[in-house]
Amino acid sequence: MLLIHCPHCNEERPELEFAYAGEAHIVRPNEAEQAEMSDADWSKFMFIRDNIRGDHAERWWHAHGCNMFFNAIRNTVTDKFTMTYKVCQKRPTEHQIKVAKND
Amino acid sequence: MTKFRRPGHGNVDVSKTLNFSFDGKSYQGVQGDTLASALLANGVHLMGRSFKYHRPRGVVGAGSEEPNALVAVDRGQGRITPNVRATSLELYDGLKANSQNRWPNLKTDIGAFNNTFSMFFPAGFYNKTFKWPASFWDKVYEPFIRNMAGLGPAPEHPDPDNYASTYGHCETLIVGAGPSGIAAALSAARNGGRVILCDENPELGGSLLSTPGVQIEGKFALDWLAKSLEKLRKTENVRVMSRTTAIGYFHDNFVALAERLTDHIPGVEIGPAREKLHRIRAGKVILAQGAIERPLVFNGNDRPGVMLASSAQTYLGKYGVAVGNEVAVFTSHDSAYEAAFNLSDSNIRIPAIVDIREDIRTDLKEQAEQRGIDLFLGSAVSKTKGKHRIKSIEVFYPNTGSKQMIGCDALIMSGGWTPSLHLWSHSKGGIKWDADLAAYIPDQANENCVSVGACNGDFGVAAALNAGTKAGGGRKKFNTNEFDFGTGISLDTLPNYIDTSKQKAFVDFQNDVTEKDIKLAVREGFKSIEHVKRYTTNGMATDQGKTSNLNALQIAAKAVDQPVEKVGLTTFRPPYTPTTFGAVAGYRNDQLFEVTRKTPIDPWAEAQKVVFEPVGIWRRAWYFPKKGEDMHQAVARECKATRESLGIFDASTLGKIEVVGPDAAKFMNLMYTNPWNALKTGSCRYGLMLREDGYIYDDGVVGRLAEDRFHVTTTTGGAPRVYRHMEDYLQTEFTELDVWLTSTTEQWAVIALNGPNARKLIEPFVEGIDLSRENFPHMAFREGKICGVPTRLFRVSFSGELGFEINIPAHYGRAVWEMLFEAGQQYDITPYGTETMHVLRAEKGFIIVGQDTDGTVTPFDAGMPWAVSKKKKDFVGKRSLARPDLVAEGRKQLVGLLTEDPNVVLEEGAQIVADPDQPIPMDMIGHVTSSYWSEALGRSIAMALVKDGVNLTDTDVYIPMPGQTHTARITAPVFYDPKGERLNVV
Amino acid sequence: MKYSARTLFSQALKGHKNWPEQFPNKEPQKDYDVVIVGAGGHGLGAAYYLAKKYGITNVAVVEKGWLGGGNTGRNTTIIRSNYLFDESAGIYDHAVDLWDGLSQELNYNVMFSKRGVLMLAHNVHDVQSFQRHVHANRLNGVDNKWLTPEECKKFLPILDISQDRRYPVMGGALQMRAGTARHDSVAWGYARAASALGVDIIQNCMVTGIRRGKDGAVEGVETQKGFIGAKKIGVSAAGNTSVVMDMAGLRFPLESYPLQALVSEPVKPVLNCVVMSNAVHAYISQSDKGELVIGAGTDQYTSYSQRGALHILEHTLMSICEIFPIFKRQRMLRSWGGIVDVTPDRSPIVGKTPVPGLYVNCGWGTGGFKATPGAADMLAYTIAHDAPHKINAPFNLDRFVGGRLIDEAAAAAVAH
Repeated sequence: MLLIHCPHCNEERPELEFAYAGEAHIVRPNEAEQAEMSDADWSKFMFIRDNIRGDHAERWWHAHGCNMFFNAIRNTVTDKFTMTYKVCQKRPTEHQIKVAKND
Repeated sequence: MTKFRRPGHGNVDVSKTLNFSFDGKSYQGVQGDTLASALLANGVHLMGRSFKYHRPRGVVGAGSEEPNALVAVDRGQGRITPNVRATSLELYDGLKANSQNRWPNLKTDIGAFNNTFSMFFPAGFYNKTFKWPASFWDKVYEPFIRNMAGLGPAPEHPDPDNYASTYGHCETLIVGAGPSGIAAALSAARNGGRVILCDENPELGGSLLSTPGVQIEGKFALDWLAKSLEKLRKTENVRVMSRTTAIGYFHDNFVALAERLTDHIPGVEIGPAREKLHRIRAGKVILAQGAIERPLVFNGNDRPGVMLASSAQTYLGKYGVAVGNEVAVFTSHDSAYEAAFNLSDSNIRIPAIVDIREDIRTDLKEQAEQRGIDLFLGSAVSKTKGKHRIKSIEVFYPNTGSKQMIGCDALIMSGGWTPSLHLWSHSKGGIKWDADLAAYIPDQANENCVSVGACNGDFGVAAALNAGTKAGGGRKKFNTNEFDFGTGISLDTLPNYIDTSKQKAFVDFQNDVTEKDIKLAVREGFKSIEHVKRYTTNGMATDQGKTSNLNALQIAAKAVDQPVEKVGLTTFRPPYTPTTFGAVAGYRNDQLFEVTRKTPIDPWAEAQKVVFEPVGIWRRAWYFPKKGEDMHQAVARECKATRESLGIFDASTLGKIEVVGPDAAKFMNLMYTNPWNALKTGSCRYGLMLREDGYIYDDGVVGRLAEDRFHVTTTTGGAPRVYRHMEDYLQTEFTELDVWLTSTTEQWAVIALNGPNARKLIEPFVEGIDLSRENFPHMAFREGKICGVPTRLFRVSFSGELGFEINIPAHYGRAVWEMLFEAGQQYDITPYGTETMHVLRAEKGFIIVGQDTDGTVTPFDAGMPWAVSKKKKDFVGKRSLARPDLVAEGRKQLVGLLTEDPNVVLEEGAQIVADPDQPIPMDMIGHVTSSYWSEALGRSIAMALVKDGVNLTDTDVYIPMPGQTHTARITAPVFYDPKGERLNVV
Repeated sequence: MKYSARTLFSQALKGHKNWPEQFPNKEPQKDYDVVIVGAGGHGLGAAYYLAKKYGITNVAVVEKGWLGGGNTGRNTTIIRSNYLFDESAGIYDHAVDLWDGLSQELNYNVMFSKRGVLMLAHNVHDVQSFQRHVHANRLNGVDNKWLTPEECKKFLPILDISQDRRYPVMGGALQMRAGTARHDSVAWGYARAASALGVDIIQNCMVTGIRRGKDGAVEGVETQKGFIGAKKIGVSAAGNTSVVMDMAGLRFPLESYPLQALVSEPVKPVLNCVVMSNAVHAYISQSDKGELVIGAGTDQYTSYSQRGALHILEHTLMSICEIFPIFKRQRMLRSWGGIVDVTPDRSPIVGKTPVPGLYVNCGWGTGGFKATPGAADMLAYTIAHDAPHKINAPFNLDRFVGGRLIDEAAAAAVAH
């Protein structure tokens, strides 16, 4: 069972309190974009995932805690979290991830 | 005193005699024995039969590594435990154990014919045969193989014992209470953090218990141990757990400990937990698991009486038992000399020490000479003799080719040591090959974890104590007078003059894997160690290769002519030792398996002898049979009563979400297909929710309480996922919206009243709401009071009758229900359950999401285009509804079905075809989603999803059932009161 | 060498010293007509069928580890075809047709045991859903029949059908033609048979890149053992498909999750069929060795670690004990993890990709083993013809664009 740092509670809590919510930073097209979009592009938004082997930006929901969604960088080979951050924050750069790993 | 007990030796209480039976024969042991030590004390070595060839086997080890001595323990009342290692089984008075995998008995086993023909059953033999004739496989070969399978007896009765589980936390978890673990605990305790020290054995001390003669800081080992343990037990922040096995090391220092609580207690009753699973989150983990001695792989090494040297030492040192009167020794490592000398000093004759090495340490030679022990250097045991117990060995000296028979009644062996890497590997720690030890040892850690003592390659008592102390944060260095642990060599093949094809040199004792099998596997192309393991089954027995993996690896490496580290090592998998299912499952069984959610009105229904239906984790009232009624009769009566007068239904399980905030309507517009801006305060509307892929996700009635407040209802099963779905979009997509969501499912009890008399019933109880037709029309929604308690009152109908849904605070639910029920007697009020609710709604063609839809149905397929706003530019699922396959011709659409024979009620799930005469496979055009007997219509009705169904209205379709094909006509899915006039009853 | 009781006998007399290699491990040649990436049952099977059925023998199978070491060797060996939709029933029943007789065809006993798969229903919704399956299967010619609780008990006497349990047994769907097979043998059998037909199996040879020409078509694979030319490439890499596809510049509708399984210590025969309970989440059979083989759930997050969580095992074993209280005293011997690749509709993708010459077989989720021969044959067919067979045509990538999903799980979704 993973230990997950909730950036809202600012605490490490066991995985059982959280629900995984898929890849992060996939932005839902707005109504104007939707109207313009091809079926193929819309399908990409809905279904295509990086499924990366390595540092993965992903979403978690602190369902049995503060009820907030947040993002995380977790390595999918080691399952270790490098960092968690709030939904409003940008995806960390590779450099930021590297720095966080060395902390 | 039994023949092989050595008074004055061991840590057992010889004054306490224990009676036990093995295979029905009575024996005596003493307090502190294991079954294995007690049987050895009685001179019994033969304890089991191997898996494949049913060869007679004796005990090899003295702990959890034991491959051979497996027994079934019978505690009575159906409590039979198979495959228990006699070496870990604590003796208690009255213990009943039986050997396994033999028939009719251990000494004469019919299954041993496998052994006679073992030459025909090499590794992988089954792949090569049993194929012809093909029909024989299903009928003859496979059932036969299946019947031969298995080791311990199959269970016959439910296990009546209880199990427990708990969570725990500590700064330092130490696994293994040998010298290194105890030293680690002593030093870690000084830092004040919480320390847990666990050990799989009943007695702590590890190897110290086997070598009581060693002195630590001038004290005998047992004295040092007693003092150290007393100190730990007195230290408040230290928890010492014996009989507790660390079974697995999971992510982020999460370690599972399985504690055995009652197996050692005589006559234990059913009730108290038998085992307990502790799930420990540790800041730091110190692994002090020790090492396991390696057998030597030589011809005849599986004869009863052949065992590990360290085990013999343990039986003497810990249990005061001599494993024989004349114990020969065969070794490639110095450490076996300590065992030999210990035994010799206890008046056990050592007829020979056979050492593979030409040259050994001078002090070993001298000590052997002093004790009058014959040394055979540069020699090997080339065969052994004895049927159910070893009688003699043949010593072969390859340099001259000379051979010599030596009599013995036990042979102890040592092929070196294998550090236990199990938990380290579970934690994904790196490992490296140590050529001196001829073993893998820990390398880089992956968690906050250190490995100390023998499991880290730090052999010897002082080394272990020092490493443990350091890991716990201390600096102390210990002095001991221990026997120099020394070194050894590791040979992949031992010298022998006998042709290898005629030798029986076992690597994995339990699974009967020989050196030949491993070489055969390599010859046949199985060159990765994982392939060798799977092809030969080496290391896959109940001991998981604790004694065999490294020997197999070295033999395989030699056979492929690669260095060992190139061939790899099979992965260690949890659990460390076999772990009871019950212990992992914990208390969660039967009624505690999963919470049963019940409504506040549930106890009332229960008292009415209702039949319940499980729906998700809820239980709901299904139907209320009167005496002598079956389900059909009860439902018909409930339907009739509701349509004619008044029915009452507990709808409390409906999911409820309060959507509040200045942007609440905007948010609702995005989450539901319907338009919400125009919905007036005090009204409600049916809402339809899609997934982003355009398929129906959920539905429910939504009431508007105020400009900025909606009372949303969801399906019973859908409540949690709809809430999550809404939170997700609100927090991560529509972040600009100012809205709060609260799940209120459990805040409200919901009573649905349906029937022409519904208004009449509630009128006297309602305050603050004008219930008149004009002022409280269909789909109106008001707040007020009923029976004196606050209510949110919906005028809605899921039955087509005049209907109300009365929301009241949950804790008043039952009281209001009972008041209404009492007052309703004048209208013959009839309680009804989910089945009647389903019939009534089907008569009106209302869908149940998940029954009439299945995750592949759009609102248009479901015949609900009216629920989808055409004006809204965006809502979840809108874009997907425009995808080509969702607007294509020929989609399945929801329609009504009326069978030609009105008495035929179709089976839900039955498939529909256009042409009943076509051959199989038939072209199925749809299926029946809902089907009931309609009492109101006096005939059956059904709903179905049918390809291009709407265009097929008024045509006949066919439902081929076994033995009979039904004909049905496609209709609109509203069967009863299509104009909805019954809603307007005065 | 042909395997038979006679060769076994004659080899035994010679001390088993003359058995040849079953599947020689080859070094790569310069180029091949077809390179298959991934030497699991699916990939090896595809190579075999290419050579055997479609006449393409200049084939290599490249594998990053050892053959059969991925999900082929990590599953619970269940084989069944009682799926709801015509498309699924089509591909899984094709697989079962091939399973039947596979031992004889490969001259390698894969121990396909038709012991029956019993799926238990525990609530009204299960009953509706399973009956829909039974009826659809009947009209599709797929064996599957409905049993009352009493009939379930008669078929499986150790089943507790008392109706006061937390999840009472309300009936079951039984497919008698279904069962189990010996998972490793499937990979080995295909490997041996493919090798005999001239296929090169190259182990410990990780693919590091896919080379494409100016026209966009594939030219070959970059590997740890150098470049290997290929006119066509078939990817059958299960959990690692996304990683391989990324090398060709393709992103896929896949996510990889850890899936665990476990076995008990061996005991004498007690469970004569495969039992599945979706409501309770219990999947169990007993191997020919006597071990209870138990499928656990996936972890909630994507991962390539092949390492699962304890609470998944806890939930799995409490479910097993709930269905079979007589197993509560049995002991877990070994647990392990695999990586399963899951598509949005949890049905596989078998067919062409947007890259000319690149074909894929992936997305089997938790159900890939049972499909092994069928999926392998369909991948081989598609590669050989540069067009899908009608059986695998619906399992294309385009369905995620158009919306024609094949969503078995949604169709069995929990109601009201």
